[in-house]
Amino acid sequence: MAAVFFVVTMALYFAATISYLAYLIWPSEVLSKVSLGMTAIGFVSHTVALVTRMTAATDVSPPGFQEALSFFSWVLILVFLVVEFRHRVHVIGSFIVPLALLSLVSAAALPETTPTLTPVFRTLWVHVTLSMLGTVGFAVAFVSGLMYLIQDGLLKSKRFNVLYSKLPALDFLDHLNQQSIVTGFPLLTLGIITGALSAEFSRGSYVNWNPEQTWALVTWVFYFVVLTGRLTVGWRAKRAAYLTIIGFAGVILTLIGVVLKSHGSVS
Amino acid sequence: MHIIVVGLSHKTAPVEIREKLAIPESRMGEALARLCSYQGVREGILLSTCNRVEVYAVVDEIEAGYGRIQDFLADAHLSLSSEQLTPHLYWHQGDRAISHLFRVASSLDSMIVGESQILGQIKEAFEVALAHKATGIILNKVMKKAISVAKRVRTETTIAEMAVSVSYAAVELAKKIFSDLSEKTVLLVGAGEMAKLAARHFIASGIRHVQVTTRNPQSALELANRFGGTAVAFEDFRKEMASADIVLVSTGAAHYLVSEDDVQHSVKQRMNRPMFLIDISVPRNIDPAVRHVDNAFLFDIDDLKSRVEQNRGKRQNEAEKAELMIVDEVGVVRQWLQSLEVTPTIVALRARIDEIKQAELNKTLGRLSNLSESERELIEAMASSIANKLIHNTMVTLKAEVNSSEGSAFVEAARRFFSLSDPTVSPVSERTPSSSETCYSSQADIQDIEEVTPRTGSKRAER
Repeated sequence: MAAVFFVVTMALYFAATISYLAYLIWPSEVLSKVSLGMTAIGFVSHTVALVTRMTAATDVSPPGFQEALSFFSWVLILVFLVVEFRHRVHVIGSFIVPLALLSLVSAAALPETTPTLTPVFRTLWVHVTLSMLGTVGFAVAFVSGLMYLIQDGLLKSKRFNVLYSKLPALDFLDHLNQQSIVTGFPLLTLGIITGALSAEFSRGSYVNWNPEQTWALVTWVFYFVVLTGRLTVGWRAKRAAYLTIIGFAGVILTLIGVVLKSHGSVS
Repeated sequence: MHIIVVGLSHKTAPVEIREKLAIPESRMGEALARLCSYQGVREGILLSTCNRVEVYAVVDEIEAGYGRIQDFLADAHLSLSSEQLTPHLYWHQGDRAISHLFRVASSLDSMIVGESQILGQIKEAFEVALAHKATGIILNKVMKKAISVAKRVRTETTIAEMAVSVSYAAVELAKKIFSDLSEKTVLLVGAGEMAKLAARHFIASGIRHVQVTTRNPQSALELANRFGGTAVAFEDFRKEMASADIVLVSTGAAHYLVSEDDVQHSVKQRMNRPMFLIDISVPRNIDPAVRHVDNAFLFDIDDLKSRVEQNRGKRQNEAEKAELMIVDEVGVVRQWLQSLEVTPTIVALRARIDEIKQAELNKTLGRLSNLSESERELIEAMASSIANKLIHNTMVTLKAEVNSSEGSAFVEAARRFFSLSDPTVSPVSERTPSSSETCYSSQADIQDIEEVTPRTGSKRAER
């Protein structure tokens, strides 16, 4: 049952992605409505799929990487819908929906994995949820940073194309960037703490300095510096956009690390 | 009587000279009184804006009038001699003067063609002149016409769109940098007409904080008051620039006022908050190198114009259309001015009376068929006598008032009382009486209507 809904969701997100990408170059505003409609229906379908899976799981199964990614894309779309309805910035969909689709597709492409830390499921659930919420924050920061750089480039080079007219004001993007990090960073921090606690419960050590953990910490330190820099010495606008794009690359590397690890040697 | 204009504008004089000649509002009355005190100056209007200083006048003699008005302009500023002014001045008379006024009012002569502020300034100048009774029938009519021509140009062409669109484009660009303009501050550097227009657009779009700086602290204060903002000392504005999100520069300076370093410094002070700089000065006042500064967005008048062009797509030559309209309207005024001349009026009046007399005579004599020749002549004589006596006073008054300042008003009144048609329409009017240089000498020569014969001499010096 859940599988059907996942397929439906993916199909809708795929269609929405195509439509949203076309929206970037097509002057008409009609596409944004079509895309938004498909995304919204996809989101409902996704929600049904997630709920079905959760209620179907009678045994307390540990959260797999697939579920984590699926959850990530669900929250990402949720955030997008909230931003869309509050600010009516349709073009964000052209950036977020493809990202959500990508994570959903990679979730489906990955073989079933078992989590590395089996014993304490509850803390693991909390760890995964928080880390994923934090990641959503960084993903939104990444998207707004990307949009910022595009708009900045268009304004600087005075290329007033369709994309220029659709992208929102620079300070809106910068503000969104800041909000995303301000929200994402504490969540990631809690995610790392709960992760360490899980590790402690299961292995008896908080950290064992494997590449994945190291990367996670490096990412955390990086975002800490980015956030502090922004709030104290004005690392905003263009610099913040670059930094959050680099930071998100770090996040992706960490996630790939998790996948590789859970695939390779199950420690 | 001749309409003349003597003045200088951004096209003929540098800002330093224009500033010196500019007449502040407070001294307008005194200046008008002085203008009208010159001999031979019948009516006068002063137009003083940051881009032009012009004197429109009705004078007895063209050359003498030019000289008087040039003296008047030079007298306004002690450090300038009349000779020093000469290279910067332009002089027009007759149709050329009227057409110049119409072009100015329609903003065809403005730095930014199509801006609307000049029309407001002309109305203001006219009101001040009216209040000080400096204008008479001719300038009143011509000024009113200028205002209506400007309105016609604005409604029938898209010329006004250009200036409006340029400031609209500036606001639109600002909205791509700042999502909420109400919290932003705009700094006006210089008080060009375009800058004021753009500032008004920004205020209409929600900007509440306005700072103004101009070389002349007094005008900065006045402008700040008008926009509900604050004045900033001109010497300090580069340092204060960091507090402004939008900097609108429009001065007459011939060099860069804002350098790359100034902007770099401001952006740093602003902790990298974006800055929007608009340079609508010609020549530019912001160093184009500012483009390389991160988080500073510089747009000059050409960028804005090309943005407008892009918005609009194909654009007709609206200015050309406006010019044609002005030629058209000048013709209308010329017709009216000709109607004010005494000779054709007297001719027309005479013709009108004769026409009435003849019609009535024919009617009466037609019924009295059994009259003798002498009786007939008697009746005809009586009719002529009544007609002549009726218009005698009017004729005498018209001739007597020819040279008074109200002369034109009497002519206008006579034409209305006797419902005399437009001279250019009626056959009588084709007699263009004057051949000499000034109106008065020819008019004074008129002893009686019989003496006035159609002459095909040179038309009044119009061009």
